[in-house]
Amino acid sequence: MKLTLNGTISEFQDGTTIAGLLEGLKIEPARVAVEVNLEIIRKQDYQKCMLKEGDSIEIVNFVGGG
Amino acid sequence: MDDKLVIRGIEFKSRLWVGTGKYKDFEETRRAIEASGADVVTVAVRRVNIFDRKSENLLDYVDPKKYKILPNTAGCYTVEDALRYARLAREAGISDLVKLEVIGDEKTLFPDVCGLLKATEILAKEGFIVLPYTNDDPVMAQRLVDAGASAVMPLAAPIGSGLGIRNPYNIKIILEQAKVPVIVDAGVGTASDVAIAMELGCDAVLLNTAIAGAKDPVAMAEAMKHAVIAGRLAYKAGRMPRKLYATASSPIEGML
Repeated sequence: MKLTLNGTISEFQDGTTIAGLLEGLKIEPARVAVEVNLEIIRKQDYQKCMLKEGDSIEIVNFVGGG
Repeated sequence: MDDKLVIRGIEFKSRLWVGTGKYKDFEETRRAIEASGADVVTVAVRRVNIFDRKSENLLDYVDPKKYKILPNTAGCYTVEDALRYARLAREAGISDLVKLEVIGDEKTLFPDVCGLLKATEILAKEGFIVLPYTNDDPVMAQRLVDAGASAVMPLAAPIGSGLGIRNPYNIKIILEQAKVPVIVDAGVGTASDVAIAMELGCDAVLLNTAIAGAKDPVAMAEAMKHAVIAGRLAYKAGRMPRKLYATASSPIEGML
């Protein structure tokens, strides 16, 4: 299935969860926030949140700023 | 003497708050922040670099156990964007603190105070500890407090300009009226600017470029640390009145 991840369309396996996506990208869940189709997903829901074709996902973290 | 800054029950060790932007690298960021003695550091919320997972993370250098992380909504020009960034920051972070920015103009980065007021009200209702970056307008400061701001952060001058406090009299009026802490945010250029803000009675100063843009950021960070302490002490001590003419310090009595 195709997902838009941080603005880029990529191919992912059907049935991928947010937890699985983060693991595949080697991203530590504690320090990020994840939004699916403009809705923030709570950390405790990463395991059960199944992604589907066409979803738009944003993964953000903290960077230097004033 | 107990002279700690407290906002909504959170106790702050330092009255100097610093940004983490514009440094050469994370190591310089770490050293400058350490030299500044600040216990609050601001950060921005941005996309994770998913293509280069080897790139280092700011929080590996700025330990959230040691520093209070204050996420901003920098770069947001609408209420909707500011709310989105603030909510993402809360989910990514560990606290309800947010340095709320709704920018109104690209060239000056002056705040859009109409949007700022709206966003402050919404986020305060959602339980955020809202610290809005605002202009040096006493009426606006009051409106923000009424809308639920936990502190107000008037600018000294445009962000990154280093011009220092352009309107100390307005800051003074904001201080007189505000029932919440007043933190000068943005526009200071060097240690004396910080001392002036603190001598006016401001509760803290937040700066970034004044340190990151100095020739030697780590040395400037240390200068800022002393400026905040000196300015605060001078404010508490109460300065002598200004006079137009001289008054001799040595006695006339006993002169030959």
